[in-house]
Amino acid sequence: MKILVPMKQVPDLVEELEIDSSGKRLNRDFLKFKLNEFDEHALEEALLLKEQHGGEVVVVTLDMAEADNLLFTAIAKGADKIFKIPGNCDEGIDCHSAAQMFATAAKSIGFDLILTGVQAADDRDGQVGMLLAAFLGLPHVSVVTGLSLEGASAIVHKEYAGGVMAEFEVVLPAVFGIQAARHTPRYAPVSKVRQAWKTSKIETVDGGTVPASNGSVVNRMFKPESGKRAELIEGSPDDVAGKIVDLLKSRGLL
Amino acid sequence: MPNDVFVVAEHLKNKLSDVTFEMLGKGREIADACGGKLVAVVLGSGTKDLAAQLGVADSVISVDDPALEHFSPEAYRIVLSSVVKDRQPKLTLIANTSMGMDLAAPLSAELNIPLVAYCKGLSADSGNVSVTSQLYAGKVDVESSITSAQAIISVLAGSFAGDAGRSERTPSIEEVRPSTSLNDLRVKFRRLVEPEPSDVDITKEEKLVSIGRGIQSQDNIALAEELAAALGGAISASRPIIDNGWLPKSRQVGKSGMSVKPKLYLTLGISGAPEHVEGMKDAATIIAVNTDPRAPIFDIADYAVVGDLFDIVPALTERIKGAKG
Ligand SMILES: Cc1cc2nc3c(=O)[nH]c(=O)nc-3n(C[C@H](O)[C@H](O)[C@H](O)COP(=O)(O)OP(=O)(O)OC[C@H]3O[C@@H](n4cnc5c(N)ncnc54)[C@H](O)[C@@H]3O)c2cc1C
Repeated sequence: MKILVPMKQVPDLVEELEIDSSGKRLNRDFLKFKLNEFDEHALEEALLLKEQHGGEVVVVTLDMAEADNLLFTAIAKGADKIFKIPGNCDEGIDCHSAAQMFATAAKSIGFDLILTGVQAADDRDGQVGMLLAAFLGLPHVSVVTGLSLEGASAIVHKEYAGGVMAEFEVVLPAVFGIQAARHTPRYAPVSKVRQAWKTSKIETVDGGTVPASNGSVVNRMFKPESGKRAELIEGSPDDVAGKIVDLLKSRGLL
Repeated sequence: MPNDVFVVAEHLKNKLSDVTFEMLGKGREIADACGGKLVAVVLGSGTKDLAAQLGVADSVISVDDPALEHFSPEAYRIVLSSVVKDRQPKLTLIANTSMGMDLAAPLSAELNIPLVAYCKGLSADSGNVSVTSQLYAGKVDVESSITSAQAIISVLAGSFAGDAGRSERTPSIEEVRPSTSLNDLRVKFRRLVEPEPSDVDITKEEKLVSIGRGIQSQDNIALAEELAAALGGAISASRPIIDNGWLPKSRQVGKSGMSVKPKLYLTLGISGAPEHVEGMKDAATIIAVNTDPRAPIFDIADYAVVGDLFDIVPALTERIKGAKG
C-alpha cells in the first residue's frame, strides 16, 4: 500500500494577519507559514495505516517558505519518501492550481490511496483534496474521521452534523479528506528532524503547467466587522469576576 | 439557462437542512436581480414531500432513484454534474457542509466551472456577481467577482435568513432520470452511525461553560467543571477537545457537533473558528475569555474578557459560590 499525502502550508493564524496596500492580498512581508493542521491529521492517519498494514507513506508539497522543514518533519514522524514540486509558490497559489500540480505529481509518483486534510484556512476556491480527486477521476469522501482497510477497499466514516456519521465502502484508489486522525497527530522530536535534514533527500517531481485564471478575481480583503461589538470587561481577575457576577445577576442568570 | 440560479437541496433522514432554505432565500434575490429563474435541485429516493417544501423556487428538478436513497459522494456528484452540464445555470449554490464538500469542488474541477467557497455574502448588481468568503478561520473576509459565465458557490450555513426561503406555495416539479447508470459505483453507502447516547444533552442546558484548546490539558478541565457546577450549568467544548479524547463527542458544539442556544455560553480558550461559531452564535448571552484580543470569538461575544483563563476561572468560581452564599 502506497499512501500519498499532499501537504500545503497556510499562514500562521496565531500571528496578526495584515492586508497589503493593494487591499487584495495579505501582506506577505510579515506572514509566517505553517503546515495546514488538517494535513497533519492526514499524515497521522497515513502513518497509522502503514503501521497496521505495512506499505509506504509518501509526502509531496509545493515549493514555498517552510517546505523543506515540513518534509523533513514528515520523515522524522515516519514518512518514507518526500517530494517537492518545483515552481515558486511563495506568492500564494489558488487551490485549483495546487490540485492540478498535485494531480500531475501523483500520477508520476504513483499511489494506492491519497489522504489530504479536509480543508485549509485559505481555500477560497474550494478544498484541494476534492479538486484533486476530480482531476484524477477518483472516488472521494470528505470529512473523514475513521478509516480502515478491507481488501481492495477502504471503510470510511464521514461526519455529518450532530455527531451522525455515514459509513461508506470505497474501492481504492481513492482520495479522502481527513478531518481528524484516530489519534492526536504525533510529535516529531527536534533531534529526529535534524537527523532527517542530514540523512534524507528531497526528491523533485514535476507539477506541470497550470492555467492562469480560475474564473474569479479578488476585489478586496478585509477584517470582518461584527454587527455587535463585545463589551470589554476589564480589571484584575477578581474585578473581572465581580463584574461578570453582576451582569449574570442583572440578566437573571444567577 | 444563462441567468438561472440553482440551489442544491440538502437533506438527511428525510429532513431538509436549514441551509437549504437559507440558500433558497438568497437565491431568490439573486435570480430576480439577474432576471433568471430560481431552480431547486433535489436528489434522493421518495423525496416528493421534500420537493413540495421548495416552493420559493420557480421550479424543482427532482431526480428520484433508489440509488440516491442515501447521500453518496459519487452517485450524487454524477447526477448533479449531468444536470448542471445540461442546464447551464449561471450560479449553482451548494452548501459548504460535509455533503456539499463532496460536491462543489469535484463538480468545479470536472465541469471546469469556477468555484468560490465559504460564501457568507452574495450579491448581484446588473448581472455582476460578488461573493464574500469567510477565510483564515474567520479572521479575514475576501470579496471576489465572478469573471466567467457560470460559477459554483459553496455557502456557509447560517449566513442568510432562512425565512425568505420558505413558502407555502406548491412548486412545479420536473422529474429527471439519471442520465447514466448508478450501478457498480466505487463508493457504496453502508449505514448511518448514530452518536452514542450521553448523560448530558447540551442542547437542553441553559448555561454552558465551553472549553477550547486554551485549556491545555485534560487535567485542567476540572477547573471548568467546577465553574459550570457553581453556575448550575454543564460543560461543552470545541472540536479539538473531543478529538483529543478529553470529552465525549456529545459535548461538541459546532458544525459537526451540536447546535446550542443556551441562555449563557461562556467560552474559555476558544478562538471562535467559523465551524465552532456555527453551533453557538444564537446563544442569548455570550461571554468569551481569551488571551488574544484579536480572537474572532470576540466578534460574536456580548462580553469580552481579554485575559488568561487560568487567572479568571478560579476567581469567577469563587465569586459565584460567594454570591450564592
Ligand atoms: C468540516 C469541519 C467541521 C468542524 N466542526 C467543528 C465543530 O463542530 N466544532 C468546533 O469547535 N470545531 C469544528 N471544526 C474545527 C475548527 O475549524 C477549529 O479548528 C476549532 O474550532 C478550533 O478550536 P479551538 O478554538 O478550541 O482551538 P484554537 O483555534 O487553537 O484556539 C484556542 C484559543 O485559546 C486561546 N488561549 C490559549 N491559551 C489561553 C489561556 N490561557 N486563556 C485564555 N485563552 C487562551 C488562544 O488565544 C486561542 O484563541 C471543524 C472543522 C472542519 C474542517
